[in-house]
Amino acid sequence: MTPGVLVECAHISCAYDSTYAIRDVHFTMHKGDFVGIVGPSGSGKTTLLKSVLGMVTPVHGHVLKRDGLRMGYVPQVETVDWNFPVTVLEVVVMTRQTLGHWPRITKEERATALETLEKLGLGGLHNRHIRELSGGQQQRVFVARALFHRPELLVLDEPTSGVDVRTRHEILHLLADLHEDGVSIMLTTHDLNGLAAHLPRVVCMNTDLIADGAPVDVLTSEVLERTYGAPMEVLLHGGMPVVVDQGGVDIAKRLGSL
Amino acid sequence: MLGGIFTPFEFEFFRNGLVVATLAGTLCGILGVFVVLRGMSYIGHGLSHAVFGGAAASAVMNVNYFAGAGIWGVASGVIIGRIARRRVIGADAAIGVVTTASFAMGLALLNRYGQAQKSIEAVLFGSVLGVKTIDIFAVGVVTLLVIATVVGLYRAFLFATFDPEVAQVSGVKVALIEAILMAMLSLTILVTMRVIGTLLISALLVIPASVARMLTNSFAKMLFISPIVGAVSAFVGMYLSFHLDTSASATIILVGTLIFIVVYAVAGLRGRSRIAGLHSH
Repeated sequence: MTPGVLVECAHISCAYDSTYAIRDVHFTMHKGDFVGIVGPSGSGKTTLLKSVLGMVTPVHGHVLKRDGLRMGYVPQVETVDWNFPVTVLEVVVMTRQTLGHWPRITKEERATALETLEKLGLGGLHNRHIRELSGGQQQRVFVARALFHRPELLVLDEPTSGVDVRTRHEILHLLADLHEDGVSIMLTTHDLNGLAAHLPRVVCMNTDLIADGAPVDVLTSEVLERTYGAPMEVLLHGGMPVVVDQGGVDIAKRLGSL
Repeated sequence: MLGGIFTPFEFEFFRNGLVVATLAGTLCGILGVFVVLRGMSYIGHGLSHAVFGGAAASAVMNVNYFAGAGIWGVASGVIIGRIARRRVIGADAAIGVVTTASFAMGLALLNRYGQAQKSIEAVLFGSVLGVKTIDIFAVGVVTLLVIATVVGLYRAFLFATFDPEVAQVSGVKVALIEAILMAMLSLTILVTMRVIGTLLISALLVIPASVARMLTNSFAKMLFISPIVGAVSAFVGMYLSFHLDTSASATIILVGTLIFIVVYAVAGLRGRSRIAGLHSH
């Protein structure tokens, strides 16, 4: 494997029943990358992410991972039962399986977990039941759980879905801090302006990989129209692309708002 | 007066029945935590029907009950787990299909070769009068085995129950953990069914864990509270059944239900007073 490469998806295709979720996708994750995968619903973003994690096996091609690569996974918050009887601390230490399976949380585990929670702005909440947290806090508990495993690659599935603007900023700052600390990050998102446009690298997908590169090169009208199948205009604001939903503008005109 | 209190303990059949029922309450209390949190409350009912199929088949084929029904029950449990994991149909439907098919097969075998009516009654209500030393030994061994497994693999069980996808990515062998859980459930049903019957097994898998859930927000504490509630319900129910001359299984279920109602009412009052406290601030 090429030095510096963490994961290489070599021309992979994945299918559910007889339908391709992704087709002939070639994607490489290097050490230090911070990548956002964008595309419409059902475009294969999560499938690509799950292939990287080893949760989905490609029908064609193969996924190569660097030996001993430690990965942390942050699923969408809706995937778990928030009424489940666990405290924040219990959730965070779940990923540590190597120290034995005994119920007791060791002093060292506790100290590391509390430090991680403090770092993520969740200090003092470790004994709370998970349901008592806000959406943004729940998302950060998942991040804390993934970080507890000390991952080199952090994989997040729509980390800002369903959160307000302020929480989105908090999550983005948190991810930027982690990236500065040397964690490589891969995430999926629907949020083009609020998230994708801020990242160093963006991948556009719609079953096929349509574009892969810096936001200014990738977030163009032509690429976005091919990705979403809908007209979109891209403006530059302070050197950063801002995507204007042309379809939305047309609707506003029809409704007399413009 | 005191003589009356201790009268039941003078009978060996009662002492044996009491030990088995209390151990069964403890055992089902532990496993019930996973059953309730996974939304598989009908697994006890279903698996005991599946074990009935195995018991019938082993009786017809003259195979040892524990061997025949055990293999059958564990296999049914593992198949349910596998079907449910594929997510094409839910766990409830998987339980329904596998266990009713197994029960139907057992019934057909008994219709053809044995006495169906008698066996079905024994399966539903069990018989505390018929407890043998081997039953006490079997329930004791399974209880120890389940406690050792749940403590030893605690985090894997917790993680696989709370968030199976991430558990898998984090190195937990989720399929194996689920197979172990199903095997433990099947073994529990196998060693307790002849004595306490399927109705009581189903109740003991659901009521104590539900009571524990209302009393705590901690998984670890639930695993302590639930078996205690199960054991207390079984012990008190067995004892009362002797004096009231009622079915042991039915009385145990009613004691458990009473505990459930009291805890439910207290939990509701606590919640309301907390809300009232918010208003007064």
